[in-house]
Amino acid sequence: MGKSLTVPALLAALLLMAVAAAKMGILGQYAITFLCSMGIFIILSASLNLVNGYMGEFSCGHAGFMAVGAYASSILGVFLFVPDQVFGQPLLSMAWSPWAFPIVLAAGFVAAALAGLVVAIPSFKTRGDYLAVITLAAGYIIKSAIENVEAVGGPRGFMGMGKIVQGMDAVAKLPWMLVWIFLGVVFTIWILRRFVYSTLGKGVMAIHQDEVAAEIMSVNTNKMKLIAFMLSSGLAGLAGGLFAYMVSFVNPASFTILRSTECLVMVYLGGMGSLTGSVLSAIVFAVMLEFLKPLEQLKWVAIPLLLILLMQFRPEGIMGNRELSDIFPKLKRYYRFK
Amino acid sequence: MLDTVIQQALNALQLGSYYSLIALGYCLVYGVLLLINFAHGDIFMVGAYIAFFAATFLMGQHALIPPASPVAVKLAFAGFFALLPTFAMAWWLGRKRSHGQALNVNYPAVVGGVFVVFSAAVFYFGQSVSIASGTDKLVVFAVTIPLTMVLTSVVGVFIERVAYKPLRLKGANRLYVVITALMMGIILEYGNLSLLGTSRLSFPTLLPRTVFDVLGAKITITKLSGIAVSFLVFALLQWIVTRTKLGMAMRAVSYDKFAVPLMGIPLDAVIIFTFFLGSSMAGLAGMFYAMNFPVLDPFMGALVGWKAFVAAVVGGIGDIRGAFVGGFLLAFLEVTVAATFSSELRDLISFTILLGILTWKPTGLFGKPKTTKI
Repeated sequence: MGKSLTVPALLAALLLMAVAAAKMGILGQYAITFLCSMGIFIILSASLNLVNGYMGEFSCGHAGFMAVGAYASSILGVFLFVPDQVFGQPLLSMAWSPWAFPIVLAAGFVAAALAGLVVAIPSFKTRGDYLAVITLAAGYIIKSAIENVEAVGGPRGFMGMGKIVQGMDAVAKLPWMLVWIFLGVVFTIWILRRFVYSTLGKGVMAIHQDEVAAEIMSVNTNKMKLIAFMLSSGLAGLAGGLFAYMVSFVNPASFTILRSTECLVMVYLGGMGSLTGSVLSAIVFAVMLEFLKPLEQLKWVAIPLLLILLMQFRPEGIMGNRELSDIFPKLKRYYRFK
Repeated sequence: MLDTVIQQALNALQLGSYYSLIALGYCLVYGVLLLINFAHGDIFMVGAYIAFFAATFLMGQHALIPPASPVAVKLAFAGFFALLPTFAMAWWLGRKRSHGQALNVNYPAVVGGVFVVFSAAVFYFGQSVSIASGTDKLVVFAVTIPLTMVLTSVVGVFIERVAYKPLRLKGANRLYVVITALMMGIILEYGNLSLLGTSRLSFPTLLPRTVFDVLGAKITITKLSGIAVSFLVFALLQWIVTRTKLGMAMRAVSYDKFAVPLMGIPLDAVIIFTFFLGSSMAGLAGMFYAMNFPVLDPFMGALVGWKAFVAAVVGGIGDIRGAFVGGFLLAFLEVTVAATFSSELRDLISFTILLGILTWKPTGLFGKPKTTKI
């Protein structure tokens, strides 16, 4: 097998195995939901790692962009496929839903990326903790803005995405959400990897090291920040869209500071500036959340405590600044793009 | 029309007094440590809870001393309960300081005096008296204020000691400290929720319900006292910062952290004192807030703390006059918006103001621009 085909072949095999297992009933509904939430965690942590890890800024309004993506995807999907009091009759028949779904997700991506401008533009002048404040405020603003729009249900939330997933099921009997989330994860990791190792990504890392020096060395820092923030928030929006269709109900209460905290924990647990670390920590975190379920409210004492301990004793996280191939160099044989 | 305007202005003054008190705490800590203490809003919440428990305790809702017993027994009980704080005080006075000697005080006199004061207090409050008359409530009010301030500041200083100080000693990245502060706030909220549950406690009425008439507008004593207290505390703080040695030390630390220990100024003591001041003011704000809006819940600190932070930023963080003015400014803006448009837009407006100010003038209205040395 050639260098360029190993990873895609592995991923395809993984997807086929998951679908087959779900079809044969080895994976129950609970397991599928668990895997889906794990995939969403991976997208969130990898995308936040771009800003918090690679660029060294501190963004904690990630949940806000996730909310924008979730609402944009949901509204577009319902507008296209589901009869609704606000948006009227559907434009397309349900048979089109599997084909139009990537477009729906892309709408979430674009909307969230545009929302990312709210943070990106102030970041030209502000850095450090003030930028952290701006991101927090942006998260709050987005949430309370959504709460004030009655057309999408205000604080009560927005429904109707479940019908679309059922419509996809009617077209072909597959675990659709699992497939979409898997593809979303692959897309996220692929685009982030390509971005980080490109010239642009080098610019982002230069900003992390020393912004003034980067500016002097002709890195267009404003452009870098704009791209990094918009890509990061766009991917958060993608995660939001997938999340909305997975639970088939969105309301502003699921995009609070706690959701942003989850993302932060994953980034710092995995390691700043390590995509492998993001994926690993998201998996660890999803498993940990399952175990913390019986704690209910105390869960939100345990998770922040974990982050505090991380900051005290191992701020570089599991992987630190390294990828898996830095630890096992022999892996580099199996793919071409280093 | 005029009376509505005055009524709204009084409301804004009242809201502004809370914002200002909390903003002052943000400002002090930022001025000395260059750290945005995100847990400060939740310290305000803790202050409200502490005030609630202190007030209900003092009102004899939890009897310490068996009611039907002779005076001698009651006194013995009071003395017993006063032992622990006295011991704590004695230990604190007598511990070895970094510079050799213990404090130079008349030991037996101080410790004995403290013991007598504590036992008298326990004797007065510990006998499950049914507090009915106004004077007794005033006594409770007067004792709750310092008690709340001290206990809340203990919480604030504790957080600084366990969470921020190790990071500071490690010389960790500033962002790690900010993350830690943010997480501390969440821990306080949810810790409170898991300890006390979602039951909403209602604060007892401590001050008489007299209503004054100001040109047709109504104002209660509670609101008036809150406003007065905020101005008093600000004057006191201004005096501390500009006229006392500790205040001078605080300003010195904010000016140059590295040279200060070399000049024999105890850096840690100054930092503790800063947190002590800030948290005690947050506790005070919490107490008056709880007296005005007598329903407590674990998340009351999040939004109010945020607003206070916005106020501190509006005023230019690092300058206490700016923070104080900023609090009232933000309150007036919010009340105006709520009165003319709708109250739902209030939070949106204040956060948008924050974004606008940070984008347009990152150092706030009163702040001086900073230069970065390359």
